[in-house]
Order: sequence, then structure tokens, then C-alpha cells
Amino acid sequence: MGHDAHHEEELPFWRKYIFSVDHKVIGVQYSVTALLFLFFGFCLMMLMRWQLAYPGQPIPIIGSLFGDSTAPGGIMLPEFYNQLGAMHGTIMVFLGVVPLAVGGFGNYVLPLQIGAPDMAFPKLNMASYWSYFVGGVVMFSSFFADGGAAQSGWTSYPPLSITAPAGQTYWLVGMLFLILSSLLGGVNFIVTTLHLRAPGLSMFRLPFFVWAQLVTSFLLLLAFPPLQAAATMQFMDRVFGTSFFMPTGLVVGGQMAAELSGGGNPLLYQHLFWFLAHPEVYVLILPALGIIAEIIANNTRKPLWGYKSLIYSAIFLGFMSFIVWAHHMFMTGMGSTMSAFFQTTTMIISVPSIIILTALILSLWGGKIRFTVPMLFAVAFLPMFGIGGLTGLPLGLATPDIHLHDTYYVIGHFHYVVAPGTIFALFAGVYYWYPKVTGRMMNDTLGRLHFWFSFFAINIVFMPMFWQGMAGTSRRLYDQTFYAHGAAVQGLTIMSSWGAWMLGLAQLFCIINFFWSLRAGEKASDTPWHATTLEWATPTPPPHGNFLTEPRVYRGPYEYSVPNESSDYTPQFEA
Amino acid sequence: MEIPYIEEAHPETGVNNAKLGIWLFLASEVMLFGALFSSYIILRLGATDWPSGRVVPLNIPLATLNTMVLITSSVTVVMSWASLMMKDIGKYKMYMGITIALSFVFLVVKYFEYTAKFDHGLYPSTSTFLAIYFTMTGLHGLHVIGGIGVNGYLLGPGSKLWDTHPEQFTSRVECAGLYWHFVDLVWIFLFPVLYLL
Amino acid sequence: MDATTPEAFGLWLPPDLSVHGAGIDNIIWIMHYFMLFLFVGWTGFLIYTLIRFRERKGDATQTANYYGVQTHASSYLEAAIVIVEVVVLVGLSIPVWAELKGEPPAPNRADLHVRVVGEQFAWNVHYPGPDGVFGKTDASLVDGSNPLGVVWDDEAAKDDITTINQFHFPVERKILLDLTSKDVIHAFWMNVMRVKQDAIPGNTVPLWFEAKDTGKGEISCAQLCGLGHYRMKGFFSVDTQEEFDAWMAEQAEAAQGEDDYY
Ligand code: HEA
Ligand code: HEA
Ligand code: CUA
Ligand SMILES: [Cu+2]
Repeated sequence: MGHDAHHEEELPFWRKYIFSVDHKVIGVQYSVTALLFLFFGFCLMMLMRWQLAYPGQPIPIIGSLFGDSTAPGGIMLPEFYNQLGAMHGTIMVFLGVVPLAVGGFGNYVLPLQIGAPDMAFPKLNMASYWSYFVGGVVMFSSFFADGGAAQSGWTSYPPLSITAPAGQTYWLVGMLFLILSSLLGGVNFIVTTLHLRAPGLSMFRLPFFVWAQLVTSFLLLLAFPPLQAAATMQFMDRVFGTSFFMPTGLVVGGQMAAELSGGGNPLLYQHLFWFLAHPEVYVLILPALGIIAEIIANNTRKPLWGYKSLIYSAIFLGFMSFIVWAHHMFMTGMGSTMSAFFQTTTMIISVPSIIILTALILSLWGGKIRFTVPMLFAVAFLPMFGIGGLTGLPLGLATPDIHLHDTYYVIGHFHYVVAPGTIFALFAGVYYWYPKVTGRMMNDTLGRLHFWFSFFAINIVFMPMFWQGMAGTSRRLYDQTFYAHGAAVQGLTIMSSWGAWMLGLAQLFCIINFFWSLRAGEKASDTPWHATTLEWATPTPPPHGNFLTEPRVYRGPYEYSVPNESSDYTPQFEA
Repeated sequence: MEIPYIEEAHPETGVNNAKLGIWLFLASEVMLFGALFSSYIILRLGATDWPSGRVVPLNIPLATLNTMVLITSSVTVVMSWASLMMKDIGKYKMYMGITIALSFVFLVVKYFEYTAKFDHGLYPSTSTFLAIYFTMTGLHGLHVIGGIGVNGYLLGPGSKLWDTHPEQFTSRVECAGLYWHFVDLVWIFLFPVLYLL
Repeated sequence: MDATTPEAFGLWLPPDLSVHGAGIDNIIWIMHYFMLFLFVGWTGFLIYTLIRFRERKGDATQTANYYGVQTHASSYLEAAIVIVEVVVLVGLSIPVWAELKGEPPAPNRADLHVRVVGEQFAWNVHYPGPDGVFGKTDASLVDGSNPLGVVWDDEAAKDDITTINQFHFPVERKILLDLTSKDVIHAFWMNVMRVKQDAIPGNTVPLWFEAKDTGKGEISCAQLCGLGHYRMKGFFSVDTQEEFDAWMAEQAEAAQGEDDYY
């Protein structure tokens, strides 16, 4: 798989930019595809928010665009609502955030930060992108399957998912491609990190971002296969009529399904799913934490506080995340012993997160804080993740979970970690590395507008959900006013919908900025942020093969404001 | 700049890129089949009546034959690698050829087993046991086909690498061998679990 | 207390008719005070830090402190957080759970034993009737007129009573409820009774609770179960023993009527 830089010129366009094996091109392909999916997933949600706020009223303006199978007369049907919900979740998690955080930033930045010419297996890298791409296309096309897209939630619990229309089969096939892509990626990242580090770059000189990616890769590698198994079995159930998840004497469509052999176990699927999906949520947060760490160190102009404790916490988090999964299943009829076990592990896993957040906040102390656009997003991340994380605690305790499970409280909890949490971190990353990738700075004013409007709007979206949930509103409700307790808090729902639409508008600042800066942004130097890590040792944008001369590393990653040094940053790569 | 450790081993891990990669991949494979085996256990424990291999006519002799076939193929794949170590590409091709041939034998036997089931009107949907039987052996079968693909490549077009980068080629063959051992190992578990227990 | 109208609900926890509910609500309250305390403290510190250590334009002398925080205060704070978590976990959550979901009372100990079976998209309630024994059920008998598939000519079934989306039970009595589902997974939720439990086809989960007050409320479904998930609403009514017996008699009448009708 060796490839040599001087072949580069001869490469035709399609080898260079489409079926490229260059980690930077692949990184960009991942990022752009993922950003589009994020945007799409968000659009689905803005539609849903209309039905939630104004149940049974025709969707204004675009309502007429929908067919009778989805929204006759512009009024959304329940099944369509469920499709939007399931696909929003799936797209955001598997086609948006993970590909952007790992496939995008990981691919582009990690090899640069460890001083490598490329990933260890460039062809595998390309394969993993295209596998992701195919998975995405399959998922997307499921909207046109008869009966529409998957509509059993992103969790796809059987028996519901097995009796669901064809879209669910697309979902399963799509998932298999996405899983394959993650597995290939995971292998590649681990080998790259362990083998391709530049001379002098010991494990404890790695930027925290690289560590975060490393732990993430292990999670992808070991947590996904069980879902692969579960998806395969569900596929068998749907296509070959097996009964892995179908119990005996099941009634389908008012009649007992006599053709089923039965003897299956619906809970088996849930265990397999959450065995993946809990580690998966840390896959959503770890790269984000990595990005935040880089940006905080750079903009406080001082080393991170407790660098090693960050690393150990991340590793511990990785291990623990494999033994907490059943905290999503407290209501499935769990005995005292099992629930006690999973409550305890869940409380334990909150500790490393607390340590990480504390370390990040303390890193600010004594700094010379530059409020650049990336830094604004990074700083906002801290309290937002705080809210999301803290609200995880009552959910982690089985007893309060009796009231909170499957309510909007849960929706609020995890959106605070993924939206103003991870999404903000990803925005921070975009603003931070954009100059290195494109050679141009993004516009500062537009960036600040994007930040302040998003920050304001996103809290209006998600804060009310805690009260909604507390009042007892179930999630995945097409029309919550159907229940007394739902009608009581409908005002909050309307508020949160308007928040979502505002948030949508706020994104225009970002999108305009993104494309406008490509052409008109001011030219960026090799290290516009005066940063210490290796990615800034390359020319901007980095050529094929990355480094002009093989970099050597002389010190830790965050040597900012070293006493009696002339400059306030001492790059890793300067002797 | 060149990607390092494609041929020689990394000082810290003691293996080269491909070797580390294949081990990691096998780790995830273990999780995959681990999940399926535990599903089998859970479903079987939860079952009221379990159609064991004797009730459903599973062809134990044929399966035993197949076990032998796979084990032999594991040996031959090692031989092919060994011959490369002894710089004997001819012997390598012979042994690799045998390995692939044996894998085909395995698939053919499996084909007869499957059709026999279908003729008895036994399908995945017939019982949970058969569902597991077909799913796991089917998945294993896919792995065998994958192995044939890889080994076939290394026997045919892939073997050109021998002339330019012999060490790299040898290590590729070794990795393919590791994968093949894994496929073999999975079967060694499947055989007793599905046919005898 | 009538919790079937929006007026009954405030912005925080719903009203509570159950004896055990206080145990759940307490933990929710404690946790949220704790979280609020942490959040306010942390955010306060955050904002203070941001202001105090902001970059001052044109101040050449300003430099960042390479060493940063020197004290170990944060370690103690983290330890404190852990201690609180442990106390709530071991002192409250685990014991309360053990009481609510641990060992179900023996059927003969319960004052009323009922079966609730979820279906797309309704709640079927099955009362054993005076003899306290449930009639046999058989999934193959399930149809529109017999949603539970009760074997009506079974002796024990003669006096059984089944209702749809109507669940009455007496106040200050131990209720034992066997929960299951016919088709997909649902979740039986009476939020003013602080009772929530997944109804899973193929396995039956016991639930037990006691109401401290009479009143009315809604049963909602908390697990996505298809396009009708949002309208899978039932009603429950906590009656006095007299009212309950009267209601039972009424239902028996109606049931008799039907039987002659066949
Ligand atoms: C990035 C994703 C992410 C992260 C990081 C977390 C983190 C945590 N989650 Fe979350 N969770 C999800 C994503 C995530 N979760 C999703 C997607 C679901 C829903 C799935 C579904 O059903 O669809 C879910 C659901 C979910 C449940 C199931 C709820 C239910 O269905 O009933 C539970 C229960 O235990 C839980 C617990 C936790 C806990 C204890 C943490 C802990 O790791 C949190 C630890 C962090 C802290 C404790 C904060 C530390 C900070 C401070 C203490 C200081 C505050 C700082 C400042 C104010 C500056 N989560
Ligand atoms: C990573 C995960 C993730 C993310 C980021 C989000 C983001 C958002 N989610 Fe989502 N959500 C889920 C995962 C996620 N969600 C999951 C798993 C569920 C459960 C599904 C189920 O029930 O099965 C869910 C469910 C869910 C519900 C509940 C539906 C229901 O229960 O019926 C709601 C309701 O409001 C909601 C809203 C939102 C909103 C308003 C956002 C906003 O924060 C969106 C903000 C997004 C952006 C701001 C990014 C926009 C992208 C761009 C601007 C790109 C720019 C482009 C270029 C620069 C080129 N989500
Ligand atoms: Cu029944 Cu949701
Ligand atoms: Cu979890």
C-alpha cells in the first residue's frame, strides 16, 4: 500500500479528488457529506417541530409539496411524523456527527497532528468513505420506498420494526454499510496512531485530540459488531420470516401470526442495540472533547490543566461505557440486582466526565483568553455539556427514571450533550481548522453572529423540554395535546419550535460564511492561530504527503507561554 | 514522505501495519460472533422446547468431513506461507491453490447440506434453532467466500508483489492466513454447538 | 382529584395519587437541587474566570500563567460530588427501587389482581371477577369481539370481566397488576400514579401499587408502538371500595347482556 508523493502530478482528476486515497481529500469528502446530512437531518426536524407546535394544521408554504402518502393537504400524517423522527435520529448520529467528528476531523487532522504522511491504509480509508457514502444513499432512498422510510425510531425495537413497511429493510442494509465503514475506519485510526507517530512523539506527547480519537476508534471497533449481529438477525426476521425477536403467540394485525415459529425474545435486540448505542454516545462526545481541548489550550495561551488526568479519564470512560448499557432498559422489568448494578456503573461513569470537564474549566484559570470564534463555541460547550451531563444523573438512577424514562426530559438531556455540546464543538473545529484546509480564514463577524444567534436559539429549543418531560410528556408523540398533561405544557412546545426555526436561520450565517470565505476569505498563514501542534508545521494547505521535511518532536503538545521564552508559543516541532 | 512500517515491524508493537490491522479486525470479528453465540445461548435458555440437532436431521458425518476439510486448509495455508519464508514461490502457489480448492470443497458440501434441509421443507423460518443454524453457518459461509476472494487475489494478480516487495507480500500472505485460521476457528465452535449439543 | 384536564398540571411534577410516589419525587427533587447547585457554582466560576483572564488589548505586560491552578481544591470538590452521588444511589435509589420493583406480593396478599394487556392502540384490562381466578386465554382466539382471546367457556372465565381503556381500582388497597402486550412493545404509564412499565409481548411483568387518594387520571403509552402511539390513551379511576364494587357489578351486568346476545 506504499504510495509515493512524486506520482501525485500524474493522477487524473477522478483519482485525485473522487477516488482519492489522500487522507486530506477523504477527510474533506467526509466533512462535506456529513455537514450536508446534518443540515438535512435538521430540516426534517424543523418540519416535525411544526406538527408538534401546531398539531393537525397544514404546514405553511412548503406543505403542498408533500404527497398524499405523507402529508395530504399539507397536514402531516402520524406515520410520516414517525419516519421523520426515526430518520432524524439515525441521520444525525450515524450520518452526521460520527462521520464529521471521526471521518472528517479525524481523517484530516489526526495524521497531521502525529506527523504522518497519510493514514496507515490509504485504500482502506477510501473504502470506508465510500461504504459510508453508499450507506447514506441507501438510508436516504428509503424515503422513497413504499410505506416510506424507517419509522420505528432510531432504536428500531422489534416487534414493531419487524412488522414495519419496507423502509426498515433499507435502514438495516444502510446500517450494515455504515457499520462496515466504521470498522474499517477504527482499524485504520488505531494502526495509524500507534505506528505512524513522528520520531520523538511519544504517547504522552500526543495532543488530547489524538487520544480522544484513539479511544473512540476502539469503541467503534468493539461496540459496533453486536449491532451488526442484531441488524443481521432483524434482517432475517423481516426477510426470511425467522423469529429471533418474535415471541410465541404474537398478534399481528388483529390475528395471531400462526406462520411465525415464535420462541424469540424482543429484549435480546435491546441488549444488543444498547451494547452498541451506549458506547456510541461516547463516540459522539469524545472527539468533541478533543476538539475543545485543542482550542482551549490554543486560546488561553497556556498548557491544558491536568493533561494526563484527561487522558486517563478518557480511557476509563471508554472501558466503562461497555458496562452501562442497560440504563436504557430500566423499564423493561429489571430486578433489583441488575438495576443496582447498572445504576452503580452509570454513576461511576459520570466521574471521568466530571474530571474531564473540571480539567477543561480549570485550564482557563491564569490564561490570556482570546475570544476568537472557535473559542466562543468552545467556551459555550462547557456549561452546555454540563447541563446535558448533569441531567444524565437522575436518568442514571433507576428510581427517578421511572418517571423520566421516555419523556422529553430524556430528549432534553441528550440534546444538550449532542447539539449545544457536540455540534458546537464541531462548529468550533470547522472555524479552527478551516484556514489550514482551505488556506483562507473564515469571516469573523459572520462567525460571531452565527455563534450568538445559535447559542441563544438552541437554549430556547432544548431548555423547555426538561419541564415538558417533568410534566410527563412522552417522547415520539405526534400530538401531545391528546393528553391532559401534554396540553398543559403545549406553550413550551410552541416556544421550543420557534427556537428551532430561529436556530435554522442562524445557520445561514455559517453556510454563507463557509462558501463565501472559500473565495473571498483573507489568505491564511501556515499557523494563523500561533499554535504548537504538528498540523501547523505543514504548508497551508498541506500538499500530498503533508510535510516537506520529516518532522521531529521535541516537547509536549501545549507548550504555550513557557517562562522566559521569547514567543508565547513553543511548537512541538521546533528544536 | 513514505508510510513507515509497511514491511518491517514497529519497535514498540513488534508487528507491521498490516499485522496489527488484521489483529484489530479479528478482535471486532470476535465481538460479532461473540454476540451471535450469546444470542444463541439466551434464545436456547429461554426456549420451552429446543429442537436439537437430532430432531432436525443435521448431517453430522458431512459436517465432520467439513471440519476436517477446513482444518487441513488451515495447515496448507501455513505451508504456503512457510514456503514463501523459504523463498519458494512455486510451492507457495501449490499450497495456496490447495487451500482455495479445499475452501470450495467446504462450500460445495455446505450447499448439499442446505439443499437437503430445503428438501425436507426445513427453512430458517421453521424454528428458532434452524434460524440460528442458517444465520450462523450462512455468515460463516460468507466469511469463507471472502477468504477465497483474498486468497485467490494473493494467488493470482496479487502475487506480482513478490517480485518487487517479497517481505510485504509474505506478510500479506501471513495476514490472510491469520484471517483464515479465524474462519476455521469459528467453524470449530459452530460444529459442536450446532450439531452435537 | 381529576387529572384528566390540563388544569390539574403545573409546570413541574404532576400531582401524585400514589403511596409510593413520594419516594420517587424526593430523589428527583434532591438531584435537581444538587445539579442546580453544581451548575450555578461552576458557571459562576466559569464566567468569573473568563472575565478576569480575558485578553486585554494593548496590555503588553499581560502574560498567561504557564502553571495555572496550583491547589487541589478541585479534587476535593470532585470527591464531594462522588459522595453525594453514592449517598443518593445507595441510600435512596437502590432501596426505593427494591421496594417498588423488587419482589411482587403473592397474589393472595394483594387486594385486587388484574391483568393489563397492551395492543395497537388500546389497553385491555382483565378482571378475574368474584372467584379471583383468571379464565384461560389463547392467542389463537383473539379477534375484534374478543381482544384478549379469553376462553369464555372455561369455568374460571365465566365471571371474568374485560374492559378497554377503562381501569378502575379501589383506593388504599394493594393492587397487583400483570402487564403484557399482544403485538409490539408498549409502556403502561399512569403518571399521576408514578407507575411506568414496558409491556413486552412474550413476557409478563408484575406491577404493584396503592393509591392514597381517590381521583381520575389518564393512562398513556410511553413506548413508540406505531402510528397510533400518540393516541393510545386510557383512563383510570381510583374509587372508594363501594364505588368500585358498584362499578364491577355494572360491568358484570353488561357482560351478562353480551353473553345472552351471542
Ligand atoms: C453525547 C452523547 C451523550 C452523553 C455524553 C451522555 C452522557 C450521559 N448519559 Fe445519556 N443519552 C444519550 C446521549 C448521551 N448521554 C442519548 C442519545 C440518549 C437517548 C437514547 C434514546 O433513548 O433515544 C441518552 C439517554 C440516557 C439514559 C436513558 C434515559 C432513558 O431512556 O430513560 C441515561 C440513563 O442512565 C443516560 C445517562 C447518561 C449519563 C449518566 C451520562 C454521563 O456520562 C454524564 C456525565 C457528565 C456529567 C455528570 C457532567 C459533568 C459536568 C459537571 C458536573 C459540571 C458542570 C459544568 C459546568 C456547568 C460548566 N443517558
Ligand atoms: C447527534 C445527534 C443529534 C443532533 C445533533 C440532534 C439535533 C437536533 N434535534 Fe434531535 N434527536 C436525536 C439526535 C440528534 N438530534 C435522536 C437520536 C433522537 C431520537 C429519535 C427517536 O426518537 O428515535 C432525536 C429526537 C429529536 C426530537 C424528539 C422527537 C420526538 O421524540 O418525537 C426533537 C424534537 O424537537 C429533536 C430536535 C432536534 C433539534 C432542534 C436539533 C438541533 O440542535 C439541530 C441543530 C443542528 C445544526 C445546527 C446543524 C445544522 C448543520 C449545518 C448548519 C451545516 C452547515 C453546512 C455547511 C457549513 C456547509 N430531536
Ligand atoms: Cu403503545 Cu405507544
Ligand atoms: Cu447510555
